[in-house]
Amino acid sequence: MNVPKHLRYTEEHEWVKVEDNKVKIGITDFAQDELGDIVFVELPEVGDEVTKDEPFGSVESVKTVSELYAPVSGKVVAVNEELADAPELVNESPYEKAWMIEVEPSDISEVDTLLSPEDYEKHIQED
Amino acid sequence: MGDLKRTPLYDIYKKMGAKTIDFGGWELPVQFSGIKEEHQAVRERAGLFDVSHMGEIEVAGAGAEAFLQTLLTNDVSKLKPGDAQYTAMCYEDGGTVDDLIVYKKDADRFLLVVNAANTDKDFEWIRSHAPAAVAVKNASNDYAQLALQGPKAEAILQKLTEERLEDIGFFKFKEPVAVAGVPALVSRTGYTGEDGFEIYLPWAEAPKVWEALLAAGKDDGLLPCGLGARDTLRFEAKLPLYGQELGPDITPLEAGIGFAVKLDKAADFIGKEALAAQKANGIPRKLVGLEMIDKGIPRAHYEVYKDGVKIGVVTTGTQSPTLKKNLGLALVERTAAAIGTEVEVDIRGKRKKAIVVKTPFYKRS
Repeated sequence: MNVPKHLRYTEEHEWVKVEDNKVKIGITDFAQDELGDIVFVELPEVGDEVTKDEPFGSVESVKTVSELYAPVSGKVVAVNEELADAPELVNESPYEKAWMIEVEPSDISEVDTLLSPEDYEKHIQED
Repeated sequence: MGDLKRTPLYDIYKKMGAKTIDFGGWELPVQFSGIKEEHQAVRERAGLFDVSHMGEIEVAGAGAEAFLQTLLTNDVSKLKPGDAQYTAMCYEDGGTVDDLIVYKKDADRFLLVVNAANTDKDFEWIRSHAPAAVAVKNASNDYAQLALQGPKAEAILQKLTEERLEDIGFFKFKEPVAVAGVPALVSRTGYTGEDGFEIYLPWAEAPKVWEALLAAGKDDGLLPCGLGARDTLRFEAKLPLYGQELGPDITPLEAGIGFAVKLDKAADFIGKEALAAQKANGIPRKLVGLEMIDKGIPRAHYEVYKDGVKIGVVTTGTQSPTLKKNLGLALVERTAAAIGTEVEVDIRGKRKKAIVVKTPFYKRS
């Protein structure tokens, strides 16, 4: 399973990428593989507030629905509109093309509380 | 998953990298290459399913047919040896014990194929009602079952048998038929909405036949399929799944399988009175198809509302791989069952618009 070293992770299988005091959020390779064919992604709108550990959207595969949990609190500044028409990008490119939202964190230090790639790898092996 | 039961094919699909899940106490593959790809293979070419978890109950002896007539909602007396029939089995109050296929082997010998999770319950129910002269045997551990489904199914299976498969009509079977040299019961039945066969064979021989079928179907694009595709295929064809569209508190009339309930057959059967009363008074609920108007996918157990009042519940829902629409089956009050009725589905706290549409969603041409 692909777990890039430059990202941070949550136990609920979201990844976080820090870029200039903003963070991009998506779901991991492990998560997309567990879910199977993704057919629908529901995301917040630009301007919405998300709260750490609270659901901010959902991702649905043919067989099930899974909630997305915010890794940090903050304001949504961008949403990946491409996923509306091409949810399969989550399967094809979970870390690149299928980023989901970009958030301006209210407290960027929250990122430090997230799992390191090594800890996330341990986490999915125990799952 | 240490305590889960496994079919004779477990080692093979583990080796193939299939993802497994707990399905009614069985560790079974949910998918091999992906649900959408497998689903499409069955609609356009062919798919092979391991359904060895299904329960098989043998009912035999003088009076077996008369006994089954009192137990099953369909008319068993219409069957000749070599015929199969879809039927329900009900409680006194009309609720459903199970839905099943009955195979008539000869005058006094029948094979009942029941849902895996219901096998023990069904066996107990049948045995407890059986007269002394009728032997009831739970033979589930003797039979493996493979389902070969899709437009290419006949051509693929024909490569492995001398039997002329075109002579086996819909809901007919032959036994024994040598498939890859293994004696099997072959019936033209299935749970996908496509043409195809269900192959019952000795438990230990399943891996050999599975491998032979996959090899025989390779050039035709046959894919091994899991329970995920089985569910989306049967859903599009509006074939009910026990535990979702059927259950102890859902009658076969409500679930839309009234064609398998023969209230006018000569024999009295368990549940007949309740079902006749339900029919006479108007069936209170109806299984309908829903198509989402708003974005969102209906899922099992989501509540359905009309004009702000709860009128039912979604029994199965997904994005239809064939039609690419967000669809659901829902059990709703009959007043809200007309095609074109606008309803709302509560999707995780948000009311989303949907409309009642014609079913089945998919019918093969």
